[in-house]
Amino acid sequence: MEKLTTLKEKALNLFSKYSMIIILVVLLIGFQITTDGILMRPLNITNLVLQNSHIFVLSAGMLLVVLLGHVDLSVGSVMAFVGAIAGFLMINYKVDPIIAIPVCLLVGAIIGAWQGFWVAYVEIPAFIVTLSGLLMFRGLTQVVLGGQSLAPFPTSFNFFANGYLPDIAGGDHMHYLSMIIGIVLSLALVFTQFRTREKRKKNGFIVESQTAFLVKSLFMVIVFVGGTYIFATYKGYPIILIILAVMVAGYGFLTNKTVAGRQIYATGGNKKAAELSGIKTKKITFWVFVNMGVMAALAGLIMAARLNAATPQAGTSMELDAMAAVYFGGASTSGGIGTIMGAIIGGLVMGVLNNGMSIMGVGVDWQQAIKGLILLLAVVLDIYNKKKRK
Amino acid sequence: MADYILEMNDITKEFTGVRALDNVNIKVERGEIHALCGENGAGKSTLMKVLSGVHPAGTYKGSITYNGKECEFKNIRDSEKEGIVIIHQELALIPYLSIKENIFLGNEQASRGVIDWDMTEKKTDNLLKAVRLNLDPNTLITQIGVGHQQLVEIAKAFSKQVKLLILDEPTAALNEEESDNLLELIREFKNQGITSIIISHKLNEIVSIADRITIIRDGKTIETLTKDDISEDRIIRGMVGRELTNRYPKREPNIGDIAFEVKDWNVHHPVDEDRIVNRNINMTIRKGEIVGIAGLMGAGRTEFAMSLFGRSYGQKISGHIFKDGKEIKIKDVPSAIQHGLAYVSEDRKTLGLNLLMDIRENISMANLKKISHRGVLDKDEELKEADHYKDVMRIKTSSVQQNVASLSGGNQQKVVLAKWLMSNPDVLFLDEPTRGIDVGAKYEIYTIIEEIAKQGKCVCIISSELPEILGMCDRIYTMSEGQFTGEVSRSDANQEVLMNLMTKEGEA
Repeated sequence: MEKLTTLKEKALNLFSKYSMIIILVVLLIGFQITTDGILMRPLNITNLVLQNSHIFVLSAGMLLVVLLGHVDLSVGSVMAFVGAIAGFLMINYKVDPIIAIPVCLLVGAIIGAWQGFWVAYVEIPAFIVTLSGLLMFRGLTQVVLGGQSLAPFPTSFNFFANGYLPDIAGGDHMHYLSMIIGIVLSLALVFTQFRTREKRKKNGFIVESQTAFLVKSLFMVIVFVGGTYIFATYKGYPIILIILAVMVAGYGFLTNKTVAGRQIYATGGNKKAAELSGIKTKKITFWVFVNMGVMAALAGLIMAARLNAATPQAGTSMELDAMAAVYFGGASTSGGIGTIMGAIIGGLVMGVLNNGMSIMGVGVDWQQAIKGLILLLAVVLDIYNKKKRK
Repeated sequence: MADYILEMNDITKEFTGVRALDNVNIKVERGEIHALCGENGAGKSTLMKVLSGVHPAGTYKGSITYNGKECEFKNIRDSEKEGIVIIHQELALIPYLSIKENIFLGNEQASRGVIDWDMTEKKTDNLLKAVRLNLDPNTLITQIGVGHQQLVEIAKAFSKQVKLLILDEPTAALNEEESDNLLELIREFKNQGITSIIISHKLNEIVSIADRITIIRDGKTIETLTKDDISEDRIIRGMVGRELTNRYPKREPNIGDIAFEVKDWNVHHPVDEDRIVNRNINMTIRKGEIVGIAGLMGAGRTEFAMSLFGRSYGQKISGHIFKDGKEIKIKDVPSAIQHGLAYVSEDRKTLGLNLLMDIRENISMANLKKISHRGVLDKDEELKEADHYKDVMRIKTSSVQQNVASLSGGNQQKVVLAKWLMSNPDVLFLDEPTRGIDVGAKYEIYTIIEEIAKQGKCVCIISSELPEILGMCDRIYTMSEGQFTGEVSRSDANQEVLMNLMTKEGEA
């Protein structure tokens, strides 16, 4: 009997720790059933990633902003503006994408610096500064585009959002290069985890039990290789997925392993205490907004490339999707709490909801209503879990 | 047989596995001032929460008899209806509302939902007179000091026809004069027939005001002392369960040359630039010396220390800082840390700690360079350092990965001290290092301070508790109205001398 209660406790603990991942898995299984297996088809999974890639990019940038206790309402408009600049350069003036893309990212950085300056150094609330940005850059988008859409982009630019990793041997049913990369990466990941664990053990730190480690490693390999298999049976890794993977790894490293990341958490958790500990909170805030600008520009480029057009209405209300993903992933509205994995999982949940309901034939009106409700429920569940753990 | 207004019998309260109160008994006589003493975490606040209905009937065992009948309060409203009002340590006033709005908050003087402001103002006026506060009822709470805010809280209690007033650490944030006023007021209430329960760490106040004292230790009632056996030593013995022969560690000063010097320090107010907050301050600290700055609250002590520490306060700062005879320029906090300065702030929750983080991350916060290589953190190194300081500071915790929010005040203060010890400072400013900390933990903090000085570092203690200054410091500067008004050596100092200098008017 006693064993049963501890098992139950363990299960509850596990649930509260990984509640968002569990929700995602439940959603995947649920939609897999209700869509008669369409959801997990290679074609659909690939589309799901392509269609939501800009949300992931925005969420990564937004996470840092939210960690500081701020918001950025302007990112949707910045996306449209950068898309317009990209169209202006590449379509009207035939500038090569190799030059146009860095220029567009630089424009994003300048916009971020502009907003970061007002928030960090003049201490105007981010809500107001970025609300101004939301209006301003939407307007400037219209100015650049003259109210019309620009299309089409050169193919080399499209490739960046719609392309796939080329294969080494032309397998008919399997993209071999992707499969090999997937397997090698998953093994490498498990190996590095193993090595850190051994190193910590040698240094006399307490490490998780062997079973827990094995289960975790196995889970990781299954997700990695399984995911790769799905992509490989379609067209292989999309280029955008590789960009996203690098980005997630980079942000994971930044938030977890670097001084800068720690300083962001410290500033968001208690700005005054951080300042008195010698952390330059203004500088941190400024650069976080610059980063957000660059990520919004990248998202704008991805969107323009995927749609193969620069449109005046691109990115409308994307800022809300990005914030929803971040909050969904367990970030606190008052700053100091949140993880990149949480934000990505939050983005995935939103994406799976959109995709699954679309396949089921649910109208856009109901989709939005259901998404809104699920966001609230998810956060309520998260808060309930945290309270219980106390 | 004595006439008891309140009897709490065999109160037991458990929080998921932890027994916070264990058969606690307390009897309060009608019209007395009853003090409740105990170390932090002994269960005083929990007991008062049981009484006021914050922990509703049913969640605890035992009985409460009030005015002769057994009561089961389900919430604060129930207990307030009976005239039991509790004033918490953290004041519950709304800063951007006026005094009158705050006093009648939740009890608006209204008919059919429409507020009668004239009536509200008139009643507020009377209430303010009763607590001897000469203020316009329309003043905003932000515009008045903590001492006055406390009185507004009491006036609010009066508006609820209080019969039993509970004050949780009422004088913690007050200076000596304000404290005296408040205690005088409580005595006056006693004459009007109001019973008070007072919780305080300031034992001298308790000795002077209380008729009887109930001591709680580890969730159990230890004893109830009556007027005749009340003395500070007696209370301490009951609280810590043993005789604390020395409240301060034995000091064997080993003082070297002057290592830190401030000359002609002037600071202006951060908003109102014409207002001078610190004027012509000169101070020296020798190696291994503990220097005290004694002053009433508002004398400009914190402002002085913070302006030294990387210009964290004020504007138009002028003056010179010398370390080991050489002038140093400090333009911001990072350069202050680099020059070996450290400042432990008076308000550890808002200025010292990040309550979302664990012990390890708080300790390393000012020392990220030490545990990183080229901007990349070495978390194992961080863990090792944190564990080291956990042992040095005797921080009571199962792991340094525990969240600091769950620690007691004393342990939180040790975390802040650990943070600054890790930065290996030469000059350490400690602003109210033992505020809100119980007697046992205080002694530990004093011991740590004494050890720091022994290592040849310069230490400066800022405190409004004179016994602390007298017990710890080798030399004492007194401060009043933003200026140093005196310098007294340990052997010449006593409470009277210091108090005289602290209240002396500045020469400006």
